[in-house]
Amino acid sequence: MRVGVITFPGSNCDEDCSFSLGQLEGVEVSRLWHKDTASLGELDLIVLPGGFSYGDYLRTGAMAAISPIMSAVKEYASRGGRVFGICNGFQILCESGLLPGALVKNQKLGFICKEVTIEVGDPSPWTAPLSTGTQLKLPIAHGEGRFVVDPTTYSEMKKHGQIAFRYLEDLNGSFEKIAGITNREKNVCGMMPHPERAADLKSRDGMKIWNALLRQVREKA
Amino acid sequence: MKARIHIFYKDSVFDPQGNTVAASLQRLGFNTVKDVRIGKVIDVTLEAKRIEDARIEIGKMCEKLLVNPVIESYRLESIEA
Amino acid sequence: MKWISDTVISTLELAKELSLSREEYEYICGKLARKPNVAELGIFSSMYSEHCSYKSSRKYLKRFPTSGKRVLQGPGENAGIVDIGHGYAVAFKMESHNHPSFIEPYQGAATGVGGILRDIFTMGARPIALMDSLCFGDPRNSKTPSLVRGVVKGIGDYGNAVGVPTVAGQTFFHSCYNQNPLVNAFALGLVKTTDIYRGNATGIGNVVVYVGAKTGRDGVHGATMSSKEFSSEEELARPTVQVGDPFTEKLLLEATLEAMSEKLMVGIQDMGAAGLTSSSFEMAHRAGTGLSLDLDKVPTRETEMSAYELLLSESQERMLLVCEPKNLDRLRQVYEKWDLHAEVIGEVIGGGRVLMQKNGMTVVDLPVELVTDPPKVERPLMAPSDLKQRWFVDRNKLLLGSLEKKFESVFEATSFANPEPIIQQYDSMVGNRTEGDSFEDAAVLRVREIPGKNVRLALTVDGNPRVSWLWPLEGGRRAIAEAAINLALKGTQSIGVTDCLNFASPENPETVWQFSETVEGISIACEALGIPVISGNVSLYNETDGKPIYPTPMIGMVGLSEGKEKVRPSAFHSSSLDLALVGLPEGGIGGSLLASQWFQRDCGQPEETDLKSLVRTLNFLSKIKTKKFDYAIHDISDGGLLLAALEMAFYSRLNGLGIEISIPREVDVDAFLFGETVPRILVAYDTTESTEVEMLANQAGIKFTAIGSVNEQGQLVVKQGGAKVLQRDLAQLKTKWDQRLRGFF
Repeated sequence: MRVGVITFPGSNCDEDCSFSLGQLEGVEVSRLWHKDTASLGELDLIVLPGGFSYGDYLRTGAMAAISPIMSAVKEYASRGGRVFGICNGFQILCESGLLPGALVKNQKLGFICKEVTIEVGDPSPWTAPLSTGTQLKLPIAHGEGRFVVDPTTYSEMKKHGQIAFRYLEDLNGSFEKIAGITNREKNVCGMMPHPERAADLKSRDGMKIWNALLRQVREKA
Repeated sequence: MKARIHIFYKDSVFDPQGNTVAASLQRLGFNTVKDVRIGKVIDVTLEAKRIEDARIEIGKMCEKLLVNPVIESYRLESIEA
Repeated sequence: MKWISDTVISTLELAKELSLSREEYEYICGKLARKPNVAELGIFSSMYSEHCSYKSSRKYLKRFPTSGKRVLQGPGENAGIVDIGHGYAVAFKMESHNHPSFIEPYQGAATGVGGILRDIFTMGARPIALMDSLCFGDPRNSKTPSLVRGVVKGIGDYGNAVGVPTVAGQTFFHSCYNQNPLVNAFALGLVKTTDIYRGNATGIGNVVVYVGAKTGRDGVHGATMSSKEFSSEEELARPTVQVGDPFTEKLLLEATLEAMSEKLMVGIQDMGAAGLTSSSFEMAHRAGTGLSLDLDKVPTRETEMSAYELLLSESQERMLLVCEPKNLDRLRQVYEKWDLHAEVIGEVIGGGRVLMQKNGMTVVDLPVELVTDPPKVERPLMAPSDLKQRWFVDRNKLLLGSLEKKFESVFEATSFANPEPIIQQYDSMVGNRTEGDSFEDAAVLRVREIPGKNVRLALTVDGNPRVSWLWPLEGGRRAIAEAAINLALKGTQSIGVTDCLNFASPENPETVWQFSETVEGISIACEALGIPVISGNVSLYNETDGKPIYPTPMIGMVGLSEGKEKVRPSAFHSSSLDLALVGLPEGGIGGSLLASQWFQRDCGQPEETDLKSLVRTLNFLSKIKTKKFDYAIHDISDGGLLLAALEMAFYSRLNGLGIEISIPREVDVDAFLFGETVPRILVAYDTTESTEVEMLANQAGIKFTAIGSVNEQGQLVVKQGGAKVLQRDLAQLKTKWDQRLRGFF
């Protein structure tokens, strides 16, 4: 399975994602550069890692969302390609319109880094075979992780089962405690917690997310 | 009364955010862009009998909290009843 | 200054205004056989400052043991480097950013982090960890909360964005820092032993390249500023503050490491304090070469900057590097890939002089050594006359106090607090190496670049200003001892020390005495343990309106281990454990938190750290870590045994824990519960392991005392002769401990 990990200027979890995914059997990681414009068709999965692309200036993810590679990512997603965004990657996916809603400043206390408990929401290939309500311990590390969305879009999202993860407790003021979502077609997913930091140290629940990724790609193939 | 305050970095202070945004605009093809400076706009609603009182009050707010005089300047953009 | 032209000939008055002494000015004029012009005077003024030249302190720093078989680079470079085996080494250093943080806490702390990170990656090392040591004034002082908020946010925002985890730290509150907070930042990087770079301008004919952010008028004269005492009026007349840009730093870091991996440069240095001046002169000095620079080529952000301003600007995120002409094009490409521009501003020349042109005119022509080697300053030193009074403790008054009251007095100290409100603002996990939690005695990082060997690094910062003020020698010695213990608690062995020596004005003979004694204390302890001092920084003039800070040596220490052993926690891992004290049953009251809280002044003679017993304790720790059974372990420091035991319960993830402690018959109660001699260690383990732990202690030749147990009863209970003498609800205590720092944010 071939996974592409994109590096934007200011990405800082690109190395961690590549390392963590690279530990999995049968996974080959390709590093992608934000200025690349070549087609991504040969990849089985594209990961937008966490970090502070463009210093989080203006709005988080805003400037990365207009970088050259994002046109290719959009095209890839429109043909059903699987795209996964973690933390800043999630913010970029929202800014680029691949996912609904937006991520804004945490309600209180600026940046929060700690291990939190989330639960699996609507069933999706991103979490199968974990059932709805399964709890996972994963680290978060963000200053702008409060998910906001208008009520109409939210009811659409609920109808189509797009809520992938919720925090167990209200952490950052996120709407309906949302920690991660998918698009309607469920081939694009974004989440604030970091599975790549919990795949071999401390909590190992990140592995459950990685295993689900592997599984969905294998089933597709 | 409603007051609008514009806060910006002093000219001599480096604005990394503005700098990065300027570069991004240029990359998008806006070659006319020479510089970008990013500030903040703060709207304060307050009670005051006279505009002049409000103006003084706003000045105090800026000095005490809203503005960091070490790196920022401010301008009272508008004030109306 | 702006209106004075660069080439105007200087005067003694101007020299004095720029903090040069008459002697120094006359020395310069004599050596040059002319008077320097204004631009040149600016160079001397910053390079002769205490901050850049160490002119008062260098003599004492020579005392440090700096060599060892692992040492690849000792003091004198951007950072020291220690070999960790398997072809890898770590570069680390700690540096102060006290004065800028006082002027603008957020930017001051942020740029402090930026500067120390650049010191690491200029050595070729990828930064993988940050720590910080913060000293703030009395929490009731009206300025303290905003300083705490600003500094913590500044550190977090910078480190988080660059993607280097902040893994440990220390926060201390004391009224002596009311006007002079201390912000000391530590960074560590990992480098292959074959890929180390240094700040050398070698190779005549090589080009000098400027990379990174453009130059503005920010912080012109920062170096001289941090070598002067503050007066409260100066608080108003603030110089232009440097603004940090972690985004540019991240690009600079990646581009520089990429260029280094292709061996595209010869040497590189950060433009830190005294900016272009210090980087150019120091690089030429190390290589024994000279430089010719065209100042018109320096990329600027502002217009009409004079040579003086270009030379002394402290704009952040800029580097000076030297490269062979044949590699220049490729070097440019690498930096441009990362949206950075590399500009050639000069070349390496022979002759040991630095020449600088502006508008086609030579504005600077100076011999390198005259600039980098100012005359040493011999400062008189004298022990404080009131040391005897400081050491006086009225033990009778203490004996009369109730245990309840004594417990309350130490428990209420601000420094005894849950650090979570601070540490959760720092990304402690980016990099995917952090094994422990930030509140542990030391942070533990795995070195994933060395596969299959379980190589771990442990990192800690330590210092006890109260002890240093009462007895500087012991303060230095104890900081090393505590740091070494902290690393050993995490199963590692110390491999190197960096230090940040924060002191008041060296123009006061007592400060010089404090300094010399502190260096002696650090040296004695390092020698006893065989740990080299590989880098460091001196910050003097930490006083405002004649109020000096306590002598504050901060120690950053790094430990190394290799092997399958588990890293043991400091938090209780079960609700049914035996609790033992390993080390002296009684600690000293002199210099303890109890003495300070009880008498409302820091007092008493701190007890000397017995280095022989320290070595025995380290041996014990290296033995117990190889055992298979689980145990929790924590050292007893500030506040003594009771507070240490409470921390072990508070940090635990288990709810409803209780602690029962029995005071042994033969001990002094205060010394047992609140004494602070090093080393004393608490170990908690399953009852079945009791004989084994006792045997290990006996074999190591250190005292073992069974002192109590951990249970499920939710209470802290202290017993004496079978009777309860103190009882507190642990959950209620924890709530207070949790809340203590919340108020700041």
